[in-house]
Amino acid sequence: MKSIAQNTGTKVLDSFVTVGTGWLLFIAILKQIPYSWKMRREILEQMHVVLIGSMPLVLTTSIFIGAVTAVQGVYQMEGYVPMKFLGSGVSRSIFIELGPVIVALVVGGRICASYAAELGTMKVTEQIDALEMLAIDPIRYLALPRFLATLLMLPVATVFADFFAVFSGFAVSVLTLDVTISTFNEGLFMLFKSSDLFSGLIKSVFFGGIIGMSGIFFGINTRGGAEGVGQATMMAVVGTCLSVLIADYFLATFLFQLVFG
Amino acid sequence: MTENSFPMPDFSVADPSATSGIVMQSVCKTFQNKKILDELDFVIDRGETVVIVGRSGEGKSVLLKHIVKLLTPDSGKVWIDGQEMTSMGHGDLYELRKRFGMLFQGAALFDSMTISENVGLGLLEHFNMTDAEIRDRASECLAMVGLSGVENKLPSELSGGMKKRAGLARAIAMKPEYILYDEPTTGLDPITADAINDLILKLQNELNVTSIVVTHDMESAFKIGDRIAMLSGGKIIHSEKISTIRETSHPAVRQFINGSASGPLSVF
Repeated sequence: MKSIAQNTGTKVLDSFVTVGTGWLLFIAILKQIPYSWKMRREILEQMHVVLIGSMPLVLTTSIFIGAVTAVQGVYQMEGYVPMKFLGSGVSRSIFIELGPVIVALVVGGRICASYAAELGTMKVTEQIDALEMLAIDPIRYLALPRFLATLLMLPVATVFADFFAVFSGFAVSVLTLDVTISTFNEGLFMLFKSSDLFSGLIKSVFFGGIIGMSGIFFGINTRGGAEGVGQATMMAVVGTCLSVLIADYFLATFLFQLVFG
Repeated sequence: MTENSFPMPDFSVADPSATSGIVMQSVCKTFQNKKILDELDFVIDRGETVVIVGRSGEGKSVLLKHIVKLLTPDSGKVWIDGQEMTSMGHGDLYELRKRFGMLFQGAALFDSMTISENVGLGLLEHFNMTDAEIRDRASECLAMVGLSGVENKLPSELSGGMKKRAGLARAIAMKPEYILYDEPTTGLDPITADAINDLILKLQNELNVTSIVVTHDMESAFKIGDRIAMLSGGKIIHSEKISTIRETSHPAVRQFINGSASGPLSVF
């Protein structure tokens, strides 16, 4: 009985330490932002990795998300709601929710696994110590470019995803679901609110920050050898997915009840 | 005479802040309830080559990392040329580290960079040099370690011995005053290991640096060291000049030099 209590206590304490260490890392990265210009080459490299490297995944995912949203929309509205609201339903659900969240999950899985594995390998092979010995701050050199790249590029990826998802929803509706072009467009423009688009982009900035922090945090805190790197990568992906979904709820509450409500 | 009754070396320094070289005083480090360094005292003079020997897992690499604050002691202090390191801020620490070079056990070359970029990274970050000047200096350092012509290769394209030499080229690129070697010959064949030893000697003669070498390769220790210090039980238990240590009466050191399983250092 005592050991169960001890184990629980230890785990709770460990989780507090982990959260605290994560916040300290976040503050350390923020302190390095004034050096962004000096690190512009590394930042651009990482932006390329995040945006261009993820584009095939983003496009494929968004095309099918748009298509399935249209199919599900027609299925649920048929006989109850006029089809002129289909365009509005597809676009608003994509702008507000599906675009930012699905992009965060697929790009997040790809990028934070890559960050955690790369930084974790650097940690266990003493490459991070080697940077320290060259008097180069690993936070500035490794963490800052990766954090800024995900923070800035996730909204851009979301804009692409929104556009392609809405377009594919439109194409599927017109080509396979007997919805006319004018009916879809009427709904699309009738209820369009710029706040829908902006709220999704604001969410994607936060999601970008979460993805970057998760990959960096689990990567540079890797311990052990190959097993440690595998563990760090798994934790980073799981941590990102859970954090994105939890943050999504709180951001939705904040944005739609307090800011745009 | 047993190991315990043999007198411990005296590393007392009256005023560490006025002493050149490296002074470690009462350094303690514990990992997961295991005391690795236990009130460790040690002094390394400027210009000498000290070889730290000891059994695997005794904390030799941990000691080395405390010298440059890659690890922070739980208690105790480390002085470099009179500057106290353990309480030093980030900026001062990085300034001090520019005076050090370190060869890591696995070379720790950056996978995504070419060998030339690896060697030139410190110069690119800290010196106002053009790309061409950095490339030239990297090539010069690679030539010093006998690695001309590999500038554009990636670390994955080099053998173990070549990686160590490339790591050494990176360590000397910023013309350090101190070079730390963590197991420089471990995992290498005897011929390559001897070539690395020759290289270390050559660098000491040409660059006149202070070297601290961690190894359990006694052949290497005798070849490159001025002095051998033995780490056991978290302390430096013996320190003696190379010229006399072969005839030492210290039982643990004798056992280590002879590579014997029986003696004061138990195997299991």
